[in-house]
Amino acid sequence: MKWRKIEYPLKTFFVKFNNIFNLKSLFKEKNKGDLTFELVCAAIASSILIILALMFIMIIKEAWLSITTYGIEFIFGTEWIPYSLGNEKPVFSALPLIWGTLVTSTIALLISVPISLGVALALSEFSGKRFNYVVSALVELLAAIPSVVYGLWGIFILIPFLKSHVYPFLQQVFYFLPFFQGRIHGPSVMTGSIVLSIMILPTIAAVMRDVFSSVPKSQREAIISLGATRWETAKLVIQYSKIGVIGAIMLGLGRAVGETMAITMVIGNSFNLFTSLFEPGYTLSSIIANEFTEASSPPEYLSALMEIGLILLILALVINSIAQVVVRYYSKRVSR
Amino acid sequence: MLIADSIKERMNREYKVRKLKSKVMITCSFLALILALIPLFSVLIEVILRGAPVISISFLVKRIPPMGQPGGGIGPAIQGTLIIIALTSLIGVPIGVFSGIYLAEYDDNWFASMIRFISDVMTNIPSIVAGIFGWATIVLTIGWSVIAGAVALAILMIPVITRTTEEIIRMVPDEIREAALALGLPKWKVTLNIVLNNAKKGIATGVLLALARIAGETAPLLLTILGSRFWIRSLTEPATALPLIIFNFSQSPYSSVDWPRAWGATFVLILMVLVINIIVRYLTREKY
Repeated sequence: MKWRKIEYPLKTFFVKFNNIFNLKSLFKEKNKGDLTFELVCAAIASSILIILALMFIMIIKEAWLSITTYGIEFIFGTEWIPYSLGNEKPVFSALPLIWGTLVTSTIALLISVPISLGVALALSEFSGKRFNYVVSALVELLAAIPSVVYGLWGIFILIPFLKSHVYPFLQQVFYFLPFFQGRIHGPSVMTGSIVLSIMILPTIAAVMRDVFSSVPKSQREAIISLGATRWETAKLVIQYSKIGVIGAIMLGLGRAVGETMAITMVIGNSFNLFTSLFEPGYTLSSIIANEFTEASSPPEYLSALMEIGLILLILALVINSIAQVVVRYYSKRVSR
Repeated sequence: MLIADSIKERMNREYKVRKLKSKVMITCSFLALILALIPLFSVLIEVILRGAPVISISFLVKRIPPMGQPGGGIGPAIQGTLIIIALTSLIGVPIGVFSGIYLAEYDDNWFASMIRFISDVMTNIPSIVAGIFGWATIVLTIGWSVIAGAVALAILMIPVITRTTEEIIRMVPDEIREAALALGLPKWKVTLNIVLNNAKKGIATGVLLALARIAGETAPLLLTILGSRFWIRSLTEPATALPLIIFNFSQSPYSSVDWPRAWGATFVLILMVLVINIIVRYLTREKY
């Protein structure tokens, strides 16, 4: 039956294509008002597509100067000299920024995923409906707090706390690891990662909770009737919804990569290829937020920031697309 | 007998271990829940403790002073936030709602599933990229302006509203559509008058949630409305908004004058977001 699998989508594609663009046949079948309404709706819906396309075109256009000047070096270089002396050209590159984004997102996931798993299990498996309703509302509230507020809270409450209590302790315990060496800065990669983990937690936890709730009741009842404890039941639920959990993590990663304001306020904003997490750093998004308004003078400067925006856009689109495909695949499998 | 007893005892012991493990893991998961909620309460308590004492009538309505100068208020920022939210909804809500209608009512083609996928992906687009878009399209043509800010925020708003609207419209029972169609109404009238009427509360909730989300967005505004200290007189001028002055005041070196102002502005912003969320909770409470 393999041929069917190949032919079927193609066939529907042509049929639907005809349905949309062969207006003559549509006029015969449908009422004029209906047709107009459908076309108007389709036109408005396609605006999303146009926005995405326009976004790419605009950003590439603005970044073109930087793309042609620096080429592939831009991605692998480690220097950022916007105002050069004499006749030398300014130098821009993105490796430390990509590194910063990857490191902060990874650490944020490492902190956030286990906690989200606990939250999601507590809400969907280990608690009653009423408790679930109230606490879910609180977790959603965590997602509703604006990014800039987390940034402010990070500067004035989290940083002093971490710097005096947590970081010295971490350094004492893990003194042999290269990530915890050197002078402790308050605004640092570690602080950025922690704030990021707080911000992506509600996303991951909410998706995981929904994924767990969608596991059929019969699965739980079956294993309970075999004498499983509640934790063993929960383990089965996790096992059953593995793919959905991966989707939730990918969604969290997508948010972490794109998060701008809070991380700009707490990461320290310094362009370096750090090894220690207590050093200040930069991410793709925070350098745009921080330097955009001062980037007027050499034209390459603004263009380089635009190219960073382009990298960020592509990164976010790829991660989110994977997440969507995974989550869709999962929900289709469950609904069958 | 003896063997049976010993087996029983062993199973009992094993069961106890399993039960203990289960209890430990459940406790861990509730500890994770508490740990996750600590930042929420910490943020809310600090915002109230540090923000509430700053709030007064004059703080809410007076002009923004230059950095480091005492007195004044955050009036233009509140005005800016309200105007930008209104303008964003004016652009975003119709586009989002009609796209949602299209996805829900005419979904049997590849075009609709493509749009659905793209709007799902766009929901999580980095907000700063939306800011770049607003800057590249509007600021480069007419300059720093409220309109540019609204366009940037609308890009973040449209996918959210599209998907919520679609889901809400799908929840409208088919019987209602069929009844109306049986009376001879054309489909577009059924959709606009009857389906939309049934779904309006849900759509309103979705719009409110999207508003709460974009009210706190800072990064796109940084690239589009630039920030100013004055009242907005025209939509083509630079402006300011609550999240923007929170950011600016928090970066100020004058700790004793400007930092309390940042907290005061945060208090107002959080209050707005919370009130919207509570209204949404109130509207949707009967579902659970």
